[in-house]
Amino acid sequence: MDILEYAFMQRALIAAVLVGLVCSVIGTYVVLKRLAFIGAGISHSAFGGVGLGYLLGVSPIGVAIPFSLAIAMAIGWVSRRGKVSEDTAIGIFFAGTMALGVLFIGLREGYNVDLFGYLFGSILSVSTTDIWIILGLGLGVIGVVLLLFKEFFFMSFDEEMAAVSGLPVDRLYFLLLGLMALTVIVSIKIVGIIMVEALLVIPAAAAFQLTRNFVRMMLLSVLFGVVSGVAGLFISYHFDLASGATIVLTAGAIFLLCFGLSPKRRGRRVSA
Amino acid sequence: MTNPSVISLRDVWVFYGETPALKAIDLDIEDGEFLGLIGPNGSGKTTLIKVILGLLKPDRGKVTVFGAPPDRLGRSRGLIGYVPQRSQGDWTFPVSVRDVVLMGRYGRIGLFRRPTAADEAIALKSLDAVQMREYAGRHLGQLSGGQQQRVMIARALAGEPLLLLLDEPAAGVDISAEDQFYELLGELKEKHGLTIVVVTHDIAVVSSHVEKLACLNQTLYIHASPEEVLTAGTLQKVYGCEVELLAHGRIPHRVVEEHD
Repeated sequence: MDILEYAFMQRALIAAVLVGLVCSVIGTYVVLKRLAFIGAGISHSAFGGVGLGYLLGVSPIGVAIPFSLAIAMAIGWVSRRGKVSEDTAIGIFFAGTMALGVLFIGLREGYNVDLFGYLFGSILSVSTTDIWIILGLGLGVIGVVLLLFKEFFFMSFDEEMAAVSGLPVDRLYFLLLGLMALTVIVSIKIVGIIMVEALLVIPAAAAFQLTRNFVRMMLLSVLFGVVSGVAGLFISYHFDLASGATIVLTAGAIFLLCFGLSPKRRGRRVSA
Repeated sequence: MTNPSVISLRDVWVFYGETPALKAIDLDIEDGEFLGLIGPNGSGKTTLIKVILGLLKPDRGKVTVFGAPPDRLGRSRGLIGYVPQRSQGDWTFPVSVRDVVLMGRYGRIGLFRRPTAADEAIALKSLDAVQMREYAGRHLGQLSGGQQQRVMIARALAGEPLLLLLDEPAAGVDISAEDQFYELLGELKEKHGLTIVVVTHDIAVVSSHVEKLACLNQTLYIHASPEEVLTAGTLQKVYGCEVELLAHGRIPHRVVEEHD
């Protein structure tokens, strides 16, 4: 295809595939363990990190990585041991870190930041460095998931039983939140801070409509995530639409299709 | 065995805020005992099980399971099989019966490693033990309540435990299935030399199957044979009110104690 002659389109395509892959794998846990709101809290916290990076005059993504990891741990800590209810705590972190980001960027004199790009994605400005960051972090996340596959599986299904069996569920939970934070970072350039939540939830939720087998659900989720990324990219290019939004809406259309076709909803038997 | 107590609690207290859930519990459960732990709702039965499992640390007192505090069991943790309350499960989770039972092996397999063919074989054998092997490929949500409960027991058995703790295992299961269920537990106990603790508020059914009963309502009232416990005086003390007992024998009859 001729549009792939452009180097920026090649990079965008690689990024879309990688992000679709990583988000859908982590998204499987987000959907099954009902971490969607925690995911929203973590993703919005990345904006505080981006803002701090600008203020300090260093790489925004470089600062967003430790910043998001720290907020993810803080949200996890509150949700586990806190005296504040989990959704209230997330609501506070969510808005608080966004506000910090706005404040930080405002403090930087004469700013002309592409805020819009961080919030809603700017896939066509993906640089070679970005590709390496996405590849490195993405493979790291996938590697950890493969290494601890059965542990995350058990913990997602039944945390108390996993604890009784001697699995270190607290550490696994915080590790999962950390992986979510890294997934958010990986996705910022593609769909942006505001919309990354969609890629964490929609492909896995669509896959959940079609199967009662965990591995099949994860594989279907990856298929949907990657197809959304690639199809969304091409559609946005052809019709000159915002790429991040088009990718998210493509995923949404896939979900609606799966929801309509779901044998579960029609009460049919699905083998596990 | 030098120490025949599988579980030993000494002066165990648990508080939820200011409210005591367990008061001064002293309890020894011997190797091979089949114990029914009974008490009204909110009497601390589940709390006691969580203390024994090490999921909850007592505010005071000493707990040992197989001679060690439950949170320091290390490898011996695999000796405990646990069947939680049915209401806790997520029955929409995409998991097959075989996978659930295999999870019972995870603690023994260890981090990072994959289940082997030997683990698969043990999982299937555990399903055999509860007569559920033919359902191995089914999704968990497609089973009846009684069948799901059997799968949970198979999962506990897959860890090759010496001690089996069951929390309200027969809740939501009809009476005839409940009888079969306790018979199954009795068989498993004989076959595998298990120590079994069943938590329930259904005194009538459990008392015709277990060897010992322990009555709990914050404090432990009695730990003795069902015959001794079922003298209504004890039950009245535990429940603090009228006791309605649908005794479970050849001729079902109802025992109602008047309350003054």
